[in-house]
Amino acid sequence: MTADVTSPGVVRVLVPGRSVRHDLRAVKIVLHRELLRFVNDRTRMFSTLIQPVLWLFVMGTGLSTLISLGPGQGVDFRTFIYPGVIAMTVITTAMFSAGSIVWDREFGFLREMLVAPVSRAAIVIGKCLGGGIVATAQGVIILALAGFVHVPYSPTLILTLLGEMFLASVTITAFGVSLAARMKTMQSFFGIMQMAIMPMIFLSGAMFPLANLPGWLAFLTKINPLTYAVDPMRHAVFSHLSVSPRVVEALNPGVHWFGWHVPILAELGIVALMGLGLLGVAIAQFRRTD
Amino acid sequence: MEPRTLWDDQEAFGQGRGTVTTSEAPAVAVRGLKKSYGTVEAVKGVDFEVRPGEVFGFLGPNGAGKTTTISMLCTLIKPTGGSARVAGHDVVKERDEVRRNIGLVFQDPTLDGYLSAEQNLRFHAELYAVPKELVAGRIKQVLEMVALWDRKDAKVMTFSGGMKRRLEIARGLLHSPRVLFLDEPTVGLDPQTRSAIWGYIDKLRHSEDITIFMTTHYMEEAEYCDRIAIIDHGEIVVVDSPEALKAGIGKDRVQIQTADDQTAIAALRERFELDAAVREGLVTFAVPSGEQFVPRLFAELGVPIRSVSVSRPSLDDVFMNYTGSTIRDAEGESAGATWMRAMARR
Repeated sequence: MTADVTSPGVVRVLVPGRSVRHDLRAVKIVLHRELLRFVNDRTRMFSTLIQPVLWLFVMGTGLSTLISLGPGQGVDFRTFIYPGVIAMTVITTAMFSAGSIVWDREFGFLREMLVAPVSRAAIVIGKCLGGGIVATAQGVIILALAGFVHVPYSPTLILTLLGEMFLASVTITAFGVSLAARMKTMQSFFGIMQMAIMPMIFLSGAMFPLANLPGWLAFLTKINPLTYAVDPMRHAVFSHLSVSPRVVEALNPGVHWFGWHVPILAELGIVALMGLGLLGVAIAQFRRTD
Repeated sequence: MEPRTLWDDQEAFGQGRGTVTTSEAPAVAVRGLKKSYGTVEAVKGVDFEVRPGEVFGFLGPNGAGKTTTISMLCTLIKPTGGSARVAGHDVVKERDEVRRNIGLVFQDPTLDGYLSAEQNLRFHAELYAVPKELVAGRIKQVLEMVALWDRKDAKVMTFSGGMKRRLEIARGLLHSPRVLFLDEPTVGLDPQTRSAIWGYIDKLRHSEDITIFMTTHYMEEAEYCDRIAIIDHGEIVVVDSPEALKAGIGKDRVQIQTADDQTAIAALRERFELDAAVREGLVTFAVPSGEQFVPRLFAELGVPIRSVSVSRPSLDDVFMNYTGSTIRDAEGESAGATWMRAMARR
């Protein structure tokens, strides 16, 4: 080893060659930054909560008088949309996290990441896991409201929902990152985001039950990926309620493919596979950017 | 805590640098490097070498190809021809090796304003896999070097432009790169901050074993470099030390303001056999001993002279000698291009 001449007191750093360990450190720090940004940005934390709370308590209460007359008699409408609101919160927060990539590009920080000797995959994975954790944390606030809408605070329910929320958030962040990878301005990203998110939420069964829909609408809900993230959450909530089977059938019908009731595990599998696929797309998109 | 060097501590984290760069090899070696965008040749096949430990300046007007060249050396854009080795590694084939061995300070800020100065550096340390036990010590050291240690916990968005640039320099040094690239490190800063930044760069070359490659379009700043390459229209016109370049001119520059510039130029050609031209709005020419020439000029020119100035050769003259125009005139000519570049960057 050559003895380099450096003045005393200088910490000389020798950066090691690229390794999996190095890439893991990169994943960790990108994720860590995501969390720091979330914790530091109270406005964002607050603003992404407004919409779900409005849905749950204003729309939910308003519509409940109308809906309590229907087949869902005996179940508060707010209880019904509760899992949908969780999904909505998680999705919006995850999309916001993904959108920060566009912000990073506008303000130059993306360049700091792109010129580092780490794989682009490490950066994308860090970003998606970070977005997933942040969105789940935001969802926890909605979880805390369960008591107000007659959903029990059962540990198994909370754990199940946490897992499902995390899975959905990572997938949605990956979706957002693959969209954001090539976008130059925040405006265009949020434009696209609104365009993609609104129909996906409407068609996911977050706001109305998927039973007895007209054919075209039923078809659209079945091809909407978000449906498979919302349905397991609703299933989890309903399995912790004591309501008559007739009501469950009306409000929590599950997803059927040509008469086959798609099991919850298969739905979660679909979400996970989609997440991996989108992660791949996001990494590929990122490799092409400069 | 006693700072220690990792050279003594090689086994501490297993694998070392792939290839040890010996101090004899050039820090940067460029052969026929080219970059074209469609039919526009931004860099037309340049050759040069940067010696280890020197401060090497790339001097030229905006739009001359400085940033394109530095971007190729930093592996940010791919050359369309030729080759370049930085710290002993090929910029195309060994991209990651090059990236590990260089520090970058761009013209545009690349900091996260919502994080503190220290958090920005920590992020960098992790991305560049600085050994964990050295991170804290090294962060302190680079922050002290640019006099920002007392502001380490402040959010970067509260920093002035000069502080941000200093922080970027600190960050560029964090992983002890072999070569530090500075793209117009002082552009857009006030004179006081500019001289402070030069102070840090000067300190750096003494305290760290590092080669500095920088671009500038400020003549005064090129004087700080050990050697400079003058680049114009995508080509290197000359490479040498500022002193040697100035000595090579051997003539003083005379600038006069006259009632009729065209007649004056014609008169200078007829009576003194001097080639004069209008530069920066003044009739400009070069003669061996300026002071002794001025009385003759007044006596024999035949055109009223309003003012006269004589100056020793400066890098401006060197630039003019090799490119046929002053750097400010050259910038005026490409001002449109610069503006477009600025807009495109937005």
